[in-house]
Amino acid sequence: MSTIQVDKTIDARGMACPGPLMALIGAIRQGQVGERFEVLSSDEGSKTDIPAWVAKAKQELVEVVPDDGYSRFIVRKAR
Amino acid sequence: MDEQEKPLSLVMFSGTDDKLTAAAVLAVGAASMGRPVNLFLQYYALDAFRAGKVGVDHALSPEATAAQAPVIRSHKGQHWSELLKQAKDVGEVSIQACALSMDMFGIGREDLDPIVDGIEGVAAFMASASDGQVVFI
Repeated sequence: MSTIQVDKTIDARGMACPGPLMALIGAIRQGQVGERFEVLSSDEGSKTDIPAWVAKAKQELVEVVPDDGYSRFIVRKAR
Repeated sequence: MDEQEKPLSLVMFSGTDDKLTAAAVLAVGAASMGRPVNLFLQYYALDAFRAGKVGVDHALSPEATAAQAPVIRSHKGQHWSELLKQAKDVGEVSIQACALSMDMFGIGREDLDPIVDGIEGVAAFMASASDGQVVFI
């Protein structure tokens, strides 16, 4: 369990690829710089897609925590 | 997304839901990674973009076996038209109907779903594709 404080949680568990990534992109676009977003995803594709998008979009991947049947991605809106 | 990315251009020929979905997944992925995306609708894919026909059952390709078909149909993934809307929302996506296919099937601009941006000839599509990849689906 992560102890990092987040500003918004997106529970995308059960969504198929690329749903969780698209939900994250939507949230980041609407958010403020500095805010942290947590995405819960059970989609295997998210494990590669979210880090790849974060790097490309020059956002910040704070943490990836595997949990029971899903992963928790914490992304900070850096710009 | 500062640097200018090479476009991804998809020639959409097949009109079955599986192939339309596969193409839409590529489109939304490329768009989210900052690549301009060009879709060129030909033949059976163009037919699937007619007004009022987007949401209907477009069947599956012949490769789909009797065992796979129900699995594909019951999958919780989003409809290809929703994926294309998301692609347009996050990136630069142009959906163009092939002028030849429009003519062949007697389809007019007013017969197309509003997600289609326009009608284009093949040379204009290739100009948009420029030095990026062209994928035929």
